[in-house]
Amino acid sequence: MSANELPVTDGAAAAPLHTSIHGDGPGGADHGGEGVWARAWRTLRKNPVAISGFVIVAVFVLVAVLAPVLAPYGGTELPGRDEVRPTMIPGPSAEFPLGLDRYGGDVLSKLIWGAQASLLVGVLSTLFGLTGGLLLGLLAGWFGKSVDFAVMRLVDLMLSVPSLLLAVSIAAIAGQSSMAVIVAIGVVQVPIFARLLRGSMLAQKGQDYVLAASALGLTRRSVTMSHVLPNSVGPVIVQATLSLATAVIEAAALSFLGLGGGEPSTAEWGRMLTAAQQELAVAPRLAILPGICIAVTALGFTLVGESLREALDPRNRTRR
Amino acid sequence: MLRLIVQRLLLLIPLLVGLSILLFGWVRALPGGPVQAMLGERYTPEAAAEIEAQLGLDQPLPVQYGKYLLRLLQGDFGTSLQSGRPVLDEFLTRFPATIELTVVALIFAIGIGIPLGYVAARRAGSVVDHSAVVVSLIGVTVPVFFLAFILKYLFAVELGWFPTTGRQSATMVATHPTNFYVLDGLLTAEWDAAWDALVHLILPGIALGTIPLAIVARMTRAAVSEVQNADYVRTARAKGIKPARLRGDHILKNAMLPVVTTIGLQVGLLLSGAVLTETVFAFSGIGSFLADSVFNADYPVMQGFILMIAVVYALVNLIVDVSYGLIDPRLRRQQ
Repeated sequence: MSANELPVTDGAAAAPLHTSIHGDGPGGADHGGEGVWARAWRTLRKNPVAISGFVIVAVFVLVAVLAPVLAPYGGTELPGRDEVRPTMIPGPSAEFPLGLDRYGGDVLSKLIWGAQASLLVGVLSTLFGLTGGLLLGLLAGWFGKSVDFAVMRLVDLMLSVPSLLLAVSIAAIAGQSSMAVIVAIGVVQVPIFARLLRGSMLAQKGQDYVLAASALGLTRRSVTMSHVLPNSVGPVIVQATLSLATAVIEAAALSFLGLGGGEPSTAEWGRMLTAAQQELAVAPRLAILPGICIAVTALGFTLVGESLREALDPRNRTRR
Repeated sequence: MLRLIVQRLLLLIPLLVGLSILLFGWVRALPGGPVQAMLGERYTPEAAAEIEAQLGLDQPLPVQYGKYLLRLLQGDFGTSLQSGRPVLDEFLTRFPATIELTVVALIFAIGIGIPLGYVAARRAGSVVDHSAVVVSLIGVTVPVFFLAFILKYLFAVELGWFPTTGRQSATMVATHPTNFYVLDGLLTAEWDAAWDALVHLILPGIALGTIPLAIVARMTRAAVSEVQNADYVRTARAKGIKPARLRGDHILKNAMLPVVTTIGLQVGLLLSGAVLTETVFAFSGIGSFLADSVFNADYPVMQGFILMIAVVYALVNLIVDVSYGLIDPRLRRQQ
């Protein structure tokens, strides 16, 4: 395995360079010496499932980042406030392409701002979970023995409570704010990342190249940091991608349960979906549109995560 | 076998102690502490001091925890702030409803998931295989409560095939000796009551069962595709074994072990999902009560229910582990 020679982040950049040396074409080149990440990238480029996932994610991120430019109205604006009656919610029109909601908000604008809110919750909570999980996993993997035991029992404890209930109880402590939702979803991810990282570090520790590095007189710290850790991150990155999907769904579930604070008219997919429950018979689009946004976004991240998992799986290498 | 069960039950003790410490700390970490949470808007310093003395909250933390643990051991999980009834009673009267719902969801998930995953693996690349992929993607990407909305809107509101809410029609007069409404109807020979309760379970059951369906189908597909290429399957086929026996004894039976594990792990997901599904269908199980208690900051209910749900989850996984021996004789010998 030559993976440890490649810095992790260079994977994407290394592939085109590599192919330009060897010439392109399927099966034409000898890829024997390339790294895990270059190989994964090459597999992904040919996989239509991965590409559709990447496209969905790219569109979602673009919409979220460009929300101030794309959205006709601001996230908290209620431009149609005077047009909405308790008995009548105006549908699509030239001014409001996807219609209004019962607060008088423009549905299209709210969906666009909702993408931003979802991206924020997804990225921040995954980062939170990743950092917490990395710290715990490293702690366990590094010290081993009694520290490992203590950390893993804590992880077991957190996993013994169904994830939504854990998130709800964390959100209850953290108060009514969108930060509380991020922390709650992040905490739920911590044990998953911790267990995953510890497992893959343990697997790496037994590898010959680690033995070789120690035999060369490297300190435990440099073996862990520059050899074991970089080689253990593959599954963690896959899990992080899948976590982004879960975070978007869990955030919606938490706002459905009344957690997260703020105005009920907030431009957030979960909040919109929850508010639409009362108008399901009158204006089903109010529920269906944010629901589809959540599902498609989750789908994008899931497709990317799954194809990444497949591409990084060494068992799939020989079958090519 | 017995030794394994006892061993696993003993392992539950540290888990429960750890969880009770966390939940004890959790209440104290609530904004404003437990007294504020209990009094809410009626909060005055005098009332707070009185309740603190009454609940022993003015004592040192270890003493408080000891008393909490002692009460738990006596089956005292506190009193619901919403209803004024003991938390344990609230749990026990509602739990049968959630069990019924979970069973229907699991029957739906297993009944469709295993055959779907099996056929998808046996005919890789076929229409069935592709539809299995679509089903498993829907299961992991669509929020449970959105699915519940849509099912309710389509089949209950628009088409009127199923009731929109509740466990039984309000007009139905029935006796409930066990609180399992379908079972009650069968026991008391009130067939229309049993049927009515069953009809109320269909839509929430499907909504709740979709995620496990996706996971079971996917797991079965993966397990069957691995097993069907195993050497012993090829050998069995070469020996000229009957196709039915090959499918049943050689492929399906060997592929079931990971699937059973997955099913056990789904129970946590089902209990999470029940909170959302029961709320959409106003189905009075532990899930909707828990959701109400979140709305009303009814912390004794949240505290007690989470502890009891964790116990249920752990027990189900214990049963799953024990059942491995029934499926796989190799493990029986090890056990």
